[in-house]
Parts: sequence; structure tokens; C-alpha cells
Amino acid sequence: MNATAAKLILNRIGIGLLTLLMVSLVVFAITGLLPGDAAQSSLGQSATPEAVAALRAKMGLDVPGYMRYFNWLGGMLTGNFGYSMVNNLSVNELLASRLPMSLMLAGVTALVSVPIALTLGIVSAMKRGSLIDRGLNLVTLSLVAVPEFLVATIAVLIFAVQLRWLSALSFASDISTIGQFLKAYALPVMTLCCVIVAQMARMTRAAVVDELNSSYVEMAILKGATPTRVVLRHALPNAIGPIANAVALSLSYLLGGVVIVETIFNYPGVASLMVDGVSNRDMPLVQACAMIFCAGYLALVLFADLAAILSNPRLRQ
Amino acid sequence: MNNKHKEFGAMLNPAESERILNAAMGRGMSRRDALRMMGAAGVVIGGSGLLGAPGAAQAQTPAPAAAGTPRRGGKIRAAAHSTSTADTLDPCKGSTAVDYTRHNMFYSGLTELDTQLVPHPALAEEFTHEGSKVWRFKLRKGVTFHDGKPLTAQDVVFSLMRHQNAELGSKVRSVAMQFEAVKAISPSEVEVTLTVANADLPVILAASHFLILKDGTTAFTTAVGTGPYKCKEFRAGVRSVGVRNENFWKPGKPYLDEIEVIGIPDEAARVNALLSGDIHLMNNMNPRSAQRVNASGTHASLETKSSLYTDLIIRQDTTPAGSEDFTLAMKYMQDREQIRDAVYRGFATVGNDQPIQPGHRYYLEGLPQRGYDLDKAKFHLQKAGLAGATMPIVCTPAAEGSVDIAALMQQSAQKIGLNLTVNRVPADGYWSNHWMKHPLGFGNINPRPSADLIFTQFFQSDAAWNESGWKNPQFDQLLLQARAESDDTKRKKLYGDMQVLVHEKGGVGIPTFISFIDGYDKRIQGYGSVPLGGLMGYAFAEHVWLAA
Repeated sequence: MNATAAKLILNRIGIGLLTLLMVSLVVFAITGLLPGDAAQSSLGQSATPEAVAALRAKMGLDVPGYMRYFNWLGGMLTGNFGYSMVNNLSVNELLASRLPMSLMLAGVTALVSVPIALTLGIVSAMKRGSLIDRGLNLVTLSLVAVPEFLVATIAVLIFAVQLRWLSALSFASDISTIGQFLKAYALPVMTLCCVIVAQMARMTRAAVVDELNSSYVEMAILKGATPTRVVLRHALPNAIGPIANAVALSLSYLLGGVVIVETIFNYPGVASLMVDGVSNRDMPLVQACAMIFCAGYLALVLFADLAAILSNPRLRQ
Repeated sequence: MNNKHKEFGAMLNPAESERILNAAMGRGMSRRDALRMMGAAGVVIGGSGLLGAPGAAQAQTPAPAAAGTPRRGGKIRAAAHSTSTADTLDPCKGSTAVDYTRHNMFYSGLTELDTQLVPHPALAEEFTHEGSKVWRFKLRKGVTFHDGKPLTAQDVVFSLMRHQNAELGSKVRSVAMQFEAVKAISPSEVEVTLTVANADLPVILAASHFLILKDGTTAFTTAVGTGPYKCKEFRAGVRSVGVRNENFWKPGKPYLDEIEVIGIPDEAARVNALLSGDIHLMNNMNPRSAQRVNASGTHASLETKSSLYTDLIIRQDTTPAGSEDFTLAMKYMQDREQIRDAVYRGFATVGNDQPIQPGHRYYLEGLPQRGYDLDKAKFHLQKAGLAGATMPIVCTPAAEGSVDIAALMQQSAQKIGLNLTVNRVPADGYWSNHWMKHPLGFGNINPRPSADLIFTQFFQSDAAWNESGWKNPQFDQLLLQARAESDDTKRKKLYGDMQVLVHEKGGVGIPTFISFIDGYDKRIQGYGSVPLGGLMGYAFAEHVWLAA
């Protein structure tokens, strides 16, 4: 790896960290703008002014905002996200039980969806204009156009309620056998795949088609390379940059955007944790989740950038 | 007397008869007397082919048939309609069905309510009072917490007095402020002195918020109570798992080995989970799903008539909405039958602008029903000088059905020359930002266990939640009188007068009482209706068993 590439990579990492810092400021400011606070929402209908004032003092909500920001930022740098205002558990503890579940769901979905998407994309690029290409387009586009709650509900109705093959809820907490694992993950993963495969497949197709139209591919074809070899050996390596970007964007959705799937399958992930945080005005929790999502997103984009840089021979050598 | 018991007996399943038997004995009756009393009422203990369905008097939909003696063993999973990281093991902070259910699983109270909301001794085996002001509770002997510590008077003192601490954030602090002193007069006796006489104290103490904790409890990562199940696992927003407490103070109970309680916020997902066999019990079923569930053959729905209501608030302290004539005009504009049938799809009871529901032990029979009468509404509207006026009406999904009710009222109002502009606001933050703050708005009042609580919290002139800002000195006086009155007949009369006052002069329109709809797997036995809420008033855990 040469100096240019190293410099580019360091640059990307530095920008990522700076973005994260700015995000922290925005997250803190915006959560402060939400109307109502934890004291009010925890008392609900029973929020009399004196009860709210007492609870607010106990939760430390009467301290000025900038002090709370620096305390929070300092805590985060030492890996301490503070305490949930609603149930007095540390946010770390709450995240510790939910984050691995979210990563697991995202991981399994990625393992299933990425190979499918790449295969679909490459096949339709190779057969572009053919019946297969148009058929695949139609199927993936219709799937991405259907809202995921509908896909999930219909899948549950068919596979859980009618056929009784799978369970309607995902009991990810007590898995001890492969069978249970499949039962718990089959429906959520299937639903999520419907949502993200299309986008990745389309981007892959576009990137590969782009390369296939270039003159070096024409050269490869003229020298007699088989279509498979042309695509896999010549076109694909040059399409890695845009494909990695599409994959990273789709996968970042899996971390924070799966609220609906988590709700329908009762899957204990981070997205629903954040929704709870918002409805309970549990700011430390909301802030921690927002930061994790942003960090995850930045990490994935960074990974895509690195893939693009490292796959580029002009930078690599 | 006999008749009353007969009615009561008809609603009991064997498990409950046993509970009443224990309760009756707790009041100093011998087992034989108690059996004679219940025998006279047609209640049989033990044996097979017992009694009708639980809650038959309350439920229209078929309830599970009682199938002989309860069976021990089995695991079930129940799902409530909401869950979040705000889930708690601290009874004083309970705010949703899943909280109440969990608290009733792990803790017990001094008293408990039956299906008619009459209080019975529980952890207190006996209670007596002097002028409804000084109450003595004698604790049951041999009750132990899940960690083996015996129950003492000190635990009770701690559990009751902690609510008064403002920093704790107890939901029932305002109710608990009426405890002037709670003290242990012996290791097994507690004396509660109230600031003013209240004959309903045993009812209040049966609320899940007042369940008894171990003295000095401050951490709520697990629950150590005296309830029917021991806490095996609790994760806020995920699930609670309870295993049978073998040392539960009610002999033979509970029946199940294990109960898991989860929350599934999405109604369709909840029904699907029920039908696919992933859960055995659920609450808050949509009326539309009830038919589908009943048609399944393996599952059924159960309607619980309750005193839950969504009401139209007409602020009496605003002009021009607060005028007597305008208030009456609005009340006549409620098409109650249509609201019941169209908004709640029949799962509701017509109301009469007062908060005591038909079937309640203090309900006043014979109060003329206010109908849907646009002529009268028009008359009062013109008398109020508001014909042709434009008024905003604020509704929200937070008050169940209010958006549809507002639309119906808008149509009615148009016919008599009043222009209601429907202003729909989000559920989030409604109770802090909108409730009781607009001349015309909606409230949603959950069932309260006693008539006193509902009148005190929502109709007394200086109540914090006097929704319409209604002030009536005569009502306030009746309220205090009724609260101190321990003679049931006189009390019923006083509550009757109060219902008339609220019906005629109050500032809220109560078009309907909304039913709770539960769904259950037909293998679940001993399940029934308690008008406090779904899931047997959130206390199903100790009553149900699983048929083989």
C-alpha cells in the first residue's frame, strides 16, 4: 500500500471521528428540543406540577444544558452512556442485552441477503435486456415496493397461522438448537431480505453493466474470454467500489431501521429500544442509541470507502 | 342477602369460590358456616360439573367452560398491548397492563377485589375500623416472602408510607396522602389513621400500586414479594418470567409451573401470535379481530364490560362553551347508539353522562337516559346564543375512539347550525399538553376500583383532574358524606344523588363505556372477567390453569 492510499484512509477515519463529534452535538440539541421530559412522561396523567418538579430534580433535569452535554460527552469517551431516567439501569446494561441481538439479526440478514443480491445483480447484468433480467427486475422491485409490515404480516399469516411451520414471534432469547435458531430467524430475515436485496441487486447490476460497456471488456471479449470470466475476472473487480457502497448503505439500514420488523416479531433489538426511549423521553437512552446508529453508519460507509480505495489498483500499488 | 349471593355465586368458577370461602373464613366464620352460606347460594366446592362460566353475567361472548378441578402444571405465555424500557417491578410506578399483570404475579396486597369489585381480606386476614377513620389490619400468619422472610407489620408500614415520598414518583401519591399515620401496633397488626374518614380504604389498598413489598426495598432488578409466582427473569421491554411459588399463602394455588409475560404492541401481530399458538392469552383485541378469533375453534375472545370511558370535556370555566345551555346542547348531540355500534363495533355500553357504569354495585337504576335529540340540542344552542358559531373540538388517538366521536359530533352539529372544527392532535404528549386545556376536548378515564375514587379524582371541585373544571358545592358535600358512610344502603343512596347531579349539571358527556376484549387459547381454564380491566383485572396469573 502506498503513501497516497494510507493518507486517504487516515483522512477518512479523521473525518469520520469529526462527523461523530458533530453528530453528538446535534443529537444532544435535538433531543433537548423534544417537547416534554422524562418526569412528565413517566407521570403521564398523574403529572401534577409539584410531582413533576420533584421528579425532575431527582433526575437531574434542572442542571443547565451545556453542563449536561459535557458530562455526557465525557462519559461516552470513557464508555459510560449514563443512566436511563426511566428505570435507573445504566444505559450500557440496556444496550448490552439488545445490541448483540440487533447485530445478530443484521449479521444473519447480511449473510443471506448479500450473496443473493450480488448473484441476482450479476446475473441480470450478464443477461441484460433478456427475459431473465426483466423478470428479476420485476420481482425485486415489487418486493421493495411492498411495505415491510405487509410482507411480515402476510408471511406470518401463511407460515405461522395457517401452516404452523414457524412461530409468529421471534423467540431469540432462548435458542439452544439449530432448529430453534431457524424458527426464530426465518421470518424476520426473510422480511428484511425482501426490503434490502432489491436495492443491492439493482446497484450491482448498474455497476457491472457500466463496466461491461467499457472498452477493456470489449477487448477481453474479443480475445475470446468466456462471458463468466469476463464478468468475474475483468468487470467485477472494477465494480467493487460502487457495489460496496450500495451494500454498506443497505446494511446500515439493518441496524436502526428495523423497528417494524422488531415490533411485529417482538424481537428485542436496539431499534425498538430507541423508540421506547423516545416515547418515555428517556434522553440518555435515545442519545446513546442515536450515537450507536451514527457510529455504525459511519463505520459502514468508511468500510465502503476503504473497499473502494483498496480495490483501486492505481491507489493500491 | 341470599339473593345477592346467588347472583354472585353464579359468576364464580371453583377457584374463585374457594377464594371467597377463604375470605369469608378470614372474617371469622367457621368453615362450616362458610360452606353453608355458599351452599345456600348454590355454590359448590370441589367436585365436578360446577357452575357456569366465570364472568357469565358480565360477558356476552362465551367464556371458557369450567372443566372440573384445576390442574397443576404447564407453562403459558401471555401478551399485553404495550411494553417498553419503562416496565418496572416497582408497584408504585405501574402504568400499563403489563406492569399491573407483573405486579400481581409477584406481589400480594392487604386486600383483594372480587368480580364485583367488593374487597376481601388477602394478606390481612381481617380488617376493622372505627368510624372509617382508624383502620386495623390483622396480618395473616405464616406468610413468607419469596426469600423466606416472614411477613411483618413493618413491611406493610414501609409499603404504604413510601408512596408519600415525592421523589419516588408514585402514581398514587395523591391517594396515599390521606394516610395520616401508618404504624405497627404489634408484629402482626397495622393501624392506618386517615386524615378524613374513608370507608373505601380496603378497596383502595387492593390496587396493584399498594401491593406489599419487603421493608426497605429500594432495588427493583428482581421482585421479592408474597405473590403466587416468583420472579425468575425480568427484562424491561422484553419479558418477565415467573415460576410457581410453592409457599404461596393460598393453599393449592397457583396452578401453572411458569408464566411468561411479554408485550406485543401491534394488535395484528398479537392476534397472529395467539392464533399460531405462540401465546395463550392477550388483551386489547380489536373488535374486528374478535370474530376471526372466535371462528378459529381453538381460540376465543372474551368481552369484559368495564367503566372505562372516553368522555367529551366541556370546560365550565371558559366562555362561551361553559354555559349551562351549551353544555346540554353538546350532551344531546352525542349519538350514543351510533358511537357504540360504529366507533366501538358494539363492544361498548351506552352511557348517561355520569361515570358509574350499569352493573356497578352503586349504579343508580332509573336515572332517565339522555338520548340523541337534535331538537333539544338546537333549542339549548339557540338559548346559549351560539347558533351559527364556530368552535374547535380537540381529539386524539390517545383517547380511544375520540377521533371518530368528534367526527360524528361534527356531523350532528352541522345539522343544527353549529360548526365544530375537528382538531386532531397526536397521542404523544396529549395528557400534558392538551388534556383539560381546551374548551372542547376529550379525556379517557380508566376504570377505578371504587365510586369514591372516580368521583374524587375527576369530579370534586378542587380535584387536579376535574376535567371540566366543574364546581358544585352540593356534590362535594355528598362526596365527603358518602366516603365516611359505612352503611351500604345509605351509601348507595348518596352515590345515586351524585350520579343525578353529574348527569344533569356536570361538564362532561360520557357517551359510552368501553369494553375490554381479551383473546385466549381454549385450553386455558378458570379465565374470566373483572371489570377493572382485561386479563382478569390484570390478576389472571393466580386463577388460571391449563387443561390437559
